Amino acid sequence: MQLTRRGFFKSVGAAFAATAAFEVAAASPALAVETSKEWKLVNTEEHTSICCYCAGGCGSLCSVRDGELVNLEGDPDHPINKGGLCPKGASMFQLRNIVDPETREVIKNPERVTKPMVRRPGGKDWEPITWEDAIKEIARKVKDTRDATFIENEGGMTVNWTPGIASLGGSQENSEEEYLILKMMRSLGVVAIDNQARV
Amino acid sequence: MTSHWCDFQNTDVILHCGSNSVENHPVSSKWLNKAHERGAKWIVVDPRYTRTAEMADIYCPIRSGTDIAFYGGMYHYIIENLIEPNLADYLAGKEVPVYNFEYLLNYTNASYLLDPEYSFDVESGLFSGYDEATKTYSNHSWHYQTESEEQWDTAGDYAWAVAPGVPEFTTPTLQHPKRDMTLQDPMCVYQQFKKHYSRYDIETVCSVCGMDRQTLELVYETYTASAAPGKAGMILYALGQTQHTYGAQNTRAMSVMQLLLGNIGVPGGGVNALRGEPNVQGATDMGMMVNEHPAYLKWANTTDRSSLRKWLESQTYSDGYYTNKPKFIVSSLKEWFGENATVENDYGYDWWPKVPSKKTDQDYTHISTFELMSQGVIKGYFNWGMNPCHSAPNASNVRRAMANLDWLVVADQVATESATFWKAPDMSPEEINTTVYFLPCALIYEKPGVILNSGRWLQYRYQAVEPWDEAKPDYEMCDLLWTEICRLYEAEGGANPDPILKTKWDYYIDGKIDPRPVAWALNGYRVASSDFADEKVDLLSGYSEMAADGSTACAMWIYSGFWNNSDAPLDPAAQPIGRRDNDDKSGLGLYSNWAFSWPSNRRILYNRNSADMNGKPWAADKKLVEWTGAKWDLVDQADFVAAKNGTPVPPNNKTFFMLWEQNGRLESYGMEDGPVPEFYEPFESPVEKNLLNGALSSPCMRFAEYESTKHGDASDYPIVATTYSVTEHWQTGGQSRACPALVEAMPAQFVEISEELAAEKSIKPGDKVRVFNNRGSVVVDAVITKRLKPMRVHGVTQHLVGLTHHYSWAGVFGTEAATVNDLTPNVGDPNSFTPEYKAFLVDIERAIGGAK
Repeated sequence: MQLTRRGFFKSVGAAFAATAAFEVAAASPALAVETSKEWKLVNTEEHTSICCYCAGGCGSLCSVRDGELVNLEGDPDHPINKGGLCPKGASMFQLRNIVDPETREVIKNPERVTKPMVRRPGGKDWEPITWEDAIKEIARKVKDTRDATFIENEGGMTVNWTPGIASLGGSQENSEEEYLILKMMRSLGVVAIDNQARV
Repeated sequence: MTSHWCDFQNTDVILHCGSNSVENHPVSSKWLNKAHERGAKWIVVDPRYTRTAEMADIYCPIRSGTDIAFYGGMYHYIIENLIEPNLADYLAGKEVPVYNFEYLLNYTNASYLLDPEYSFDVESGLFSGYDEATKTYSNHSWHYQTESEEQWDTAGDYAWAVAPGVPEFTTPTLQHPKRDMTLQDPMCVYQQFKKHYSRYDIETVCSVCGMDRQTLELVYETYTASAAPGKAGMILYALGQTQHTYGAQNTRAMSVMQLLLGNIGVPGGGVNALRGEPNVQGATDMGMMVNEHPAYLKWANTTDRSSLRKWLESQTYSDGYYTNKPKFIVSSLKEWFGENATVENDYGYDWWPKVPSKKTDQDYTHISTFELMSQGVIKGYFNWGMNPCHSAPNASNVRRAMANLDWLVVADQVATESATFWKAPDMSPEEINTTVYFLPCALIYEKPGVILNSGRWLQYRYQAVEPWDEAKPDYEMCDLLWTEICRLYEAEGGANPDPILKTKWDYYIDGKIDPRPVAWALNGYRVASSDFADEKVDLLSGYSEMAADGSTACAMWIYSGFWNNSDAPLDPAAQPIGRRDNDDKSGLGLYSNWAFSWPSNRRILYNRNSADMNGKPWAADKKLVEWTGAKWDLVDQADFVAAKNGTPVPPNNKTFFMLWEQNGRLESYGMEDGPVPEFYEPFESPVEKNLLNGALSSPCMRFAEYESTKHGDASDYPIVATTYSVTEHWQTGGQSRACPALVEAMPAQFVEISEELAAEKSIKPGDKVRVFNNRGSVVVDAVITKRLKPMRVHGVTQHLVGLTHHYSWAGVFGTEAATVNDLTPNVGDPNSFTPEYKAFLVDIERAIGGAK
């Protein structure tokens, strides 16, 4: 397999940091001034990714130090965007971390919910729930709804379907996840399956 | 897209219709500018003078929802100005530099004879075959006349179809269509087409579309210059074309236009949907829709696909590449049910749920699901990164419908409007008994996996960091749920547990759910030499290795080849999807060694059409494929039969080999609402009469009968409204409203109003404006611009407004903003069931106390 510059970086993992700084700086006069030890990408590991907004498929580079994302920018080797990103793509970093306007510290994005929650019937607010309990409760509800509405045979034809459950979404997931969602829903007998492609 | 992003640079004329790609797909500009700088002409047809219009050479305003009149007028123009004046010359062997007759005659069905019963009645606006009771067509009379019949040779080429292990089915009969290569027979597609579009003269089109004659003529003249052999025109579209009650006919209309101009399959051509979600291409490919099956096969149903045999007999094509469908469906079943799938049990086909499909059966697509929740039929609902309380049409109806659910599961990264529907400003939580679970998901760079862009490229996302706190990738959520559901059914039994317990679910590495074995499933593998439980797989190198006898398994035949390196099956970088060679040897931006493009790494679909009947490229400097006299010289992967059993196949006219007749369809029997595009007004139209035929709106429009749709008349709501997006935000804002930089850049949603309408309604810039109709009322900021102008429609002044739709009540950066989709109608297209967001009626007024 032919190794491109990024492919090479990936294959050598975290050990390339100093080389990376050199490579990038050498390739870009604008970045050359940042080769001091203060340079923000020193000792980072690069991971390539693809944007989460429109279906342009622009490449991005995620720079990680000590397990934390420290920078996200366009992938200069990517043939579609050649390093550029639009306003949304360029701010993908903020989906995870933002700068606190008061303290100027980098903090977790407060908009994001990172623990499971449940809202009970008649409830006015969310309650915390563990993953284990959430999964148990959901699986029980799925089973009860399926068992109550399942139609195995209709007019002499095996139909094996569950009118009582619907599933919506998929265009935000990776393809492997799309397959797992679809497989789970269809095997439960769900026909009311749709995603963003419908609208 | 039939093309891909980097191909935009190769075009001679760009036509944006229903897309504002400079704003909404900013990376497109990079490639469009390359074409423009090279001298390509750029046309934008849009109700609004957009950022894309700003870049273009010609801007032509259009009344929202009148696209088919515009395309019909273009066909009329092509026939009158390019085909009719030159056809006799071409048939006499003279050269015609302005029009590609060779393409029209040989690569499209223009010469095919239609059934003698085929007709269109202008007075009623109906094609032959309409049934008033069901508001549907029988397509019987839309088929071709047959010249001769041919059976499959099951002793020769089709021996595989009767081999051991292949399910029994009656093989199809190829009906060779009757043709008239002079295009003179009155029943030939071309003559019927010419007759049909004779009504679409330029005056009528201008009156319907609210266009200026001079501008429209310039658009037609400029775009149809791409009809010359060797020239390419490209149509770019987005939701502005699809979100109509005739959205699928809009896409047909564009395809027909491109066929008439010889623009499909050539570099810089094609019909290019600029898709709006990061992996909506993947979700479409995956068939995550009621009636669909992965890889453009059809899901099991209760009529023509009620058994495996019926599926094979109704779906297998008599000729072309889809003669192989039995291989794809058996391999799909084999991957789904593993060793439980055998030829004796029809490979488990009956375990799949069958979609009710009689014409009188209840529909289960997106719009209908909310009716079914209101009726108490649907009791449980999963939302995977989708937010229908914000994005679905008639959103207040959606909130009320969801309040009837027993339970709702939302997997997302923020608490969306759907997750919190019970605390919307107009809801009373104490009266809502729905249990709602919120499952926090990983961000895209917090998990690995495959994603597809609009150009069909499969690319790999590597995990950069661990998810925050307890957030999990969706694949892990699915596995936790599935494992627990299976445990319950094993322990307790219940309604037929077989479809669940016979399902193969063994995508684990080191005992942990892992997307990589799922990638093997998508690529396909040989069953006998693979054992997922042992982390062992013998991957198919491509779909040509697939069989119908149960020896191969594959979830997604079109992807086959994207992950085919069995030497390093766990390393994405060692697979075709992981390739990162950005050296473009083609000079056309194919980037064939970057990642993988389905099918079979083809970058431009239908690329056989880029060369003439002798296999010589129409444009010598833009070669995709060329017949050298002995073999095909392939710059792109051949999207046709270039060789058979190792022997090169000389050029022929089979240039669309995914169709059984292998020619492009100007007329098609495959649509629900007509064999050729015909203009109808939107569900809510500002005019009382359709100037082109006797039916006002589409005779096949779906869901208008639901009480919740609440049709509004122009007498009450005289203004045409449409919705659109801005570059700083994305869809319902779940992600972009979570980013302070984007909120700062575009802090609110607004209604865009012309200066003339603002003056009429005494609205000043920045005023709060109430926009309302029968379905809802929203208060938003007024933006008064020159980008929208009143139009002359049917001779009278018509106002239009545009609304952005990214904000609502939920979230810490949310506002008290209303939900713009409270206004949009929940009616749909009869083919795609897509809602009509892009043309509806409203009235506006300055909100009380709303002056700045």
